[in-house]
Amino acid sequence: MSEHDEKKLDANGSSRRKFLKNSGIAAGGVVVGGALGGLIGLNDKGGDTATKDTEPEQQDQALEYFTNRADFDLLGQATERIFPEDENGPGAIGLGVPYYIDHQLAGKWGINAKDYRQGPFFDGKHNPGGEVRLGEGQEQPNLGYQSQLKYHQVYDLGIEAIEKYSQATFNEKFTALDGEKQDEVLVALENDEVDIAGIKSSFFFNILRQSTLEGAYADPLYGGNKDMQGWKMKEYPGVQLSYTNEQVESEEFIEIKPESLHNTFFN
Amino acid sequence: MVTKLPKTDVVTIGVGWTGGIIAAEASKAGLKVVGLERGPNRGTANFSMKHDELRYAIRGELMQDLSRETLTFRHKSSQRALPMRQYGSFMLGNGVGGAGTHWNGMTDRYNPYDFEIRSKTIERYGEGKIADGLLIQDWGITYDEMEPYYTMFDKMAGISADETPLRGERSEPFPNPALIHGPELDLFKETTEKMGLDPFIIPAANNSQPYKNPDGQQIAACQMKGFCERFGCEYGAKASPNVTVVPTALKTGNFDLRPHSEVVEVLHKDGKATGVIYVDTRTGERFEQPAEIVAITSYTFNNNRLLLNSNLGTPYNPETGRGTVGKNYCYQVIVGTDGFFDDRKFNTAIGSGGLGATLDNFNADNFDHTDLDFLHGGTVIINQPGKRPIENNQVPPGTPKWGKEFKKQSLKYYNRLLNVHTYGAVMPHVNNYLDLDPTYKDVHGNPLIRMTFDYSETDRKRGHFLNNQTKKIMQEMGATHVSENESVEHYDITTYQATHNTGGVIMGADPETSAVNNYLQMWEADNVFVVGGSAYPHQSGYNATHTLAALAYRASEGIIKFSKDGGKLA
Repeated sequence: MSEHDEKKLDANGSSRRKFLKNSGIAAGGVVVGGALGGLIGLNDKGGDTATKDTEPEQQDQALEYFTNRADFDLLGQATERIFPEDENGPGAIGLGVPYYIDHQLAGKWGINAKDYRQGPFFDGKHNPGGEVRLGEGQEQPNLGYQSQLKYHQVYDLGIEAIEKYSQATFNEKFTALDGEKQDEVLVALENDEVDIAGIKSSFFFNILRQSTLEGAYADPLYGGNKDMQGWKMKEYPGVQLSYTNEQVESEEFIEIKPESLHNTFFN
Repeated sequence: MVTKLPKTDVVTIGVGWTGGIIAAEASKAGLKVVGLERGPNRGTANFSMKHDELRYAIRGELMQDLSRETLTFRHKSSQRALPMRQYGSFMLGNGVGGAGTHWNGMTDRYNPYDFEIRSKTIERYGEGKIADGLLIQDWGITYDEMEPYYTMFDKMAGISADETPLRGERSEPFPNPALIHGPELDLFKETTEKMGLDPFIIPAANNSQPYKNPDGQQIAACQMKGFCERFGCEYGAKASPNVTVVPTALKTGNFDLRPHSEVVEVLHKDGKATGVIYVDTRTGERFEQPAEIVAITSYTFNNNRLLLNSNLGTPYNPETGRGTVGKNYCYQVIVGTDGFFDDRKFNTAIGSGGLGATLDNFNADNFDHTDLDFLHGGTVIINQPGKRPIENNQVPPGTPKWGKEFKKQSLKYYNRLLNVHTYGAVMPHVNNYLDLDPTYKDVHGNPLIRMTFDYSETDRKRGHFLNNQTKKIMQEMGATHVSENESVEHYDITTYQATHNTGGVIMGADPETSAVNNYLQMWEADNVFVVGGSAYPHQSGYNATHTLAALAYRASEGIIKFSKDGGKLA
């Protein structure tokens, strides 16, 4: 390999080349077939402790969607009530969930890129009858999402509505409320008691809850699940390229140290 | 402007399991085959980053882009159908390999009862047993006639299993032994054996050892690390078209695989197809591909849609009951029971897509229906697929769904949760069908397919019955908390259940009541073969892939025969 090629690899973020070092990887006592060869850099569990002990800079903890810091703070506090810090470990904020959501809203999910988006949309003015409720809300149980709003707009309107409801009910900003009162706001949101133009508030609540869980448990690549702490709390081993016979058949629970995509393929 | 290409012997519309099998068999027999696949090409090397639940399982990386095409849905004819704007109840495949790239690998033969359901039901219970409105009919083929084709798939895919009690006779043993499994499957097996039932490890296409198939394709050994359904296999250890039939077809030199090629119309004249029109999805350019034989081998919905958009075949009319295309659309009733174990802990993340234990005591006509007010049943299954953390946050009944207590309980039970569920059969009903939507269009301006579907009373009863069985088993297994039974009142398109949609271009012995014969050859155009789940006259209580793959072998035989002799094959 030429020096030039080595440099290219470094630029790709590969600190060391990790091709198939361990060709004896096996499950059921059986060596992996040929299809694996050369594809995957196996996780080097030996590791370089000097690198691992250094706290990486969180350059991805900045905003690519939200423009107003107050909106982002409100979002963070709402997710923290859904998935709070406790004796098990960090909550949504500690896990980076608000950054996860920000990054998702800036990307293709935020603009519903893979959804069918052609009209007509039904928004309450059309009611063809029948048992399926068209237009009363956008989460009709049997027809799925039908709103014209894209998810980033749902978040904008949802956050605005939470703030308005807090002001109207408690005469305080949401972020100034104590946890119990914040929960009251979220309960109202969940029970469709908060006005949001175009959608039922429970729809926003459900999407907020789902995003929070995604941010807690998606690979750290996406900005949440900081240091794999979501996986550690859940005793989920993350990216494992193989389990042995003994692991598969064990009667007792086996603790397995989690690994991420970054650790496994790019470290 | 349409560019006319040189004629080929066979063109397949879609290159998944059915298109891939036909491509392999026909090209091995010396026929020139063109495979038109609207998605991209891909293979094992493209799946190395697949350990990513968000990207693949939640966002559907490998699935059909719904912004280009979806379907519309309603429960009954009096309602306005609206588009399925996002994925829910099922996932549509896309790209070379189709849904066969990202299936779980569970490989079930349908029951001998299924193929002769009407005759056998009448024989045992009398005609009065068949409820009004049900369009139950025989498949025009028997299990014994299907058996060789099932076996061909088993050998091609290297299916791993030991025995399958209460299923049809096998002519040959499984090519590979069953996968190893965890203690949760032992618990299920021991418990249900004590209950007098007959559990076994489900046949899996996730190979238990390295395997070379009869075509010379090498399939690797499963590494038991999950990420199968909704994911490609980075080891090439799960039988998929990409590691089996597609390379086999390419090896012959007779197969011209064209990805990014979306067929929009089947051309036909005087009861004979002349070829297809397809669009190069990169350039928008249109091509005419003339062919001696057209094999329509895409998913159930698109098989129906292509016929209807091409005015080929007679559309089903739910008012008169006449016509066949779109008739007998079916799905499954999928219900189950979560069990929360305070005193046991399992390595939930370990597993394989096809790994599970199952029993057929409540499936097909394996149990007496004399005193029951429904027909058929469903397989009861516990799987060990390698559970992923975003999708698995179940908590015992009564736990809040967010906040401190939710977090605590969802963390506690992630490795203490087992689920026993069923794939329950759905019987065809006059009110359930597919046709073209009058309003919504795809990216080319062609009408979307419209699904009109809900459970009929007999499906609800079957669902309740099966849910009671899963609950009883879970209680016997010793779960501390057990979930409530699920609602089967109405079909829910928003929650994932299974990609087991069937019917619309059904097979049979009578052109009045079926669209294709038992070679999947269209009654109304004998050089058109419509292959897939679309051919099932009803949906049984099993995983759906094996039967459509077996039918693709049957259709391949028909295509080869037709290319020599022509005429109606049945």
